[in-house]
Amino acid sequence: MPSETRSATPLAGLTPGRAAEPPRRAEQDPAYVRYTLVGLTLGIVGLLVVIPLVSVFVQATARGLGVYWNNLVADADTRHAIFLTLVVAPVAVALNVVFGVAAAWALARFRFPGRAILVTLIDLPFSVSPVVAGLLFVLLFGLQTPLGQWLKSHGYQVIFAPPSLVLVTAFVTFPFVARELIPVLEAIGPEEELAARSLGANGWQLFWRVTVPNIKWGLLYGVILCNARAMGEFGAVYVVSGRIEGQTDTMPLRVQKLWEGSDTPAAFALASVLTLLALVTLLMKVWIEPRVRAGQRPGRTIA
Amino acid sequence: MTGRVSRRVLPGFGLSLSFAIVYLSLLVLIPLGACLVKAASLGLPEFLAAAWTPRARAAYALTFGVALAAALVNVLLGTVVGWTLVRYDFPGKRFIDALVDVPLALPTAVAGLVYASLYAKTGWIGQYLEPLGIQVAYSRLGIVLVLVFTGFPFVVRTIQPVLTDLDAEVEEAAAVLGAGRWQTFRRVILPTLVPPALTGFALAFARGLGEYGSVVFISSNRMFETEIAPMLVLVRLEEFAYAEGAAIATVLLAFSFLVLGVVNYLEWRSKRYAV
Repeated sequence: MPSETRSATPLAGLTPGRAAEPPRRAEQDPAYVRYTLVGLTLGIVGLLVVIPLVSVFVQATARGLGVYWNNLVADADTRHAIFLTLVVAPVAVALNVVFGVAAAWALARFRFPGRAILVTLIDLPFSVSPVVAGLLFVLLFGLQTPLGQWLKSHGYQVIFAPPSLVLVTAFVTFPFVARELIPVLEAIGPEEELAARSLGANGWQLFWRVTVPNIKWGLLYGVILCNARAMGEFGAVYVVSGRIEGQTDTMPLRVQKLWEGSDTPAAFALASVLTLLALVTLLMKVWIEPRVRAGQRPGRTIA
Repeated sequence: MTGRVSRRVLPGFGLSLSFAIVYLSLLVLIPLGACLVKAASLGLPEFLAAAWTPRARAAYALTFGVALAAALVNVLLGTVVGWTLVRYDFPGKRFIDALVDVPLALPTAVAGLVYASLYAKTGWIGQYLEPLGIQVAYSRLGIVLVLVFTGFPFVVRTIQPVLTDLDAEVEEAAAVLGAGRWQTFRRVILPTLVPPALTGFALAFARGLGEYGSVVFISSNRMFETEIAPMLVLVRLEEFAYAEGAAIATVLLAFSFLVLGVVNYLEWRSKRYAV
């Protein structure tokens, strides 16, 4: 049994900090490993993420800021695409917020048979290919179906019109809000709500004055993620929109059309707006995350 | 005691649950059912004739292959990046950490556009690969590349919390017992990283199976070569062959539900064995 190491500092390495300056802590890697891995990480993130991001803005503004601005506002179809995305995404997000809050309340506060099935079903849309999602709604509301015909005869068109864009966008972003809210509500626990109840609050008072203030950061977090995906959705919208210029083209669809029409600077100009939206989303995410976690700290309500 | 309370104390159970179920049914279950009904309307021989043609099989194989390749690459990249971000300090670490989420926030069409232009023959990166005989844009390699991009955050984000929670004392014990650093990594750390890496792998794989927006830009969409299965669904739709499209979609749905089941199982298992 080697005894040299034991005699000097009996438990060196076991209690770092208290031991008399061990040469290297046990869980620390040699310098060359550290530098290699940090270098690799910078390389991976640089190649996968940073270069593409930079290139969006460089290519968008390659012919000067004047041309860049013109590419965004001069074309009526591009303007309409921006407008349509700004209408469709919030409507879809709003629908999913109402659902997310209702589902989270039922799932986090009550036990009932079939609860586990409901939790699994909420995740379902995440595993459906966006193209298949689009197809589902064409099969249901397309003009070849009885439902589509009936709606058409009453003056409503769903497929190849904005309502279908809202439907598929709500489908592909369906789980976001509910998924964020369920763990938040569970972590907070029902104590404050029970207290409010015992003090005589009715259901809506309890919801608006106790639950909503408690879940607001988690809710905002879910809304931001949901909105980012809603504005950027491509495959599902591609299938149901019919891609009618100036009518059903959203921003991502317009980007593709400009690219196929070889108007690369205009495609990148519009793509840069979407990229900015994504970067704003990430900034807000970084800003909100600590607040969501603080709200989930166990014992918060007791203190 | 936290958790669920009796229905008689807190209000809103009936309202919230019935709303959630009605919304779920209208938006998700009925459309999914419509697709299955449409596919079933074909009958087995026609179903196979639509969903199991040589062209369709080539598309499934390609979709499966590129998603698998990208997910495997992501396990490697994600482990390196996740490890580095948890274990080491370096300038700009928080910034890099935030950048990992870019693929989740960036619209897939933008990703496809940028990658297609970067790796085209005259692109920033493609011009250096072209003389080496490596063609990325409009090839299978390009599809794998954009899928690596879209799936990149999953493994990083599943590995990070596990590494953070890993007890330093376990590693110290291994060191005290005479294990070298590499031995400690292989015997002590690696086994704890396998479950989250598997979950991340499954998530990236599932994402890759369905991805369309980014692929359509960088793929030449040639049948038998670079035509992924979602693309084929779209081709059938544009021919107004709805039942055939539904049949292919049903096969895709079966794949993705299988993957979803595996993800859920992995998560359930890692929770069960977590202390």
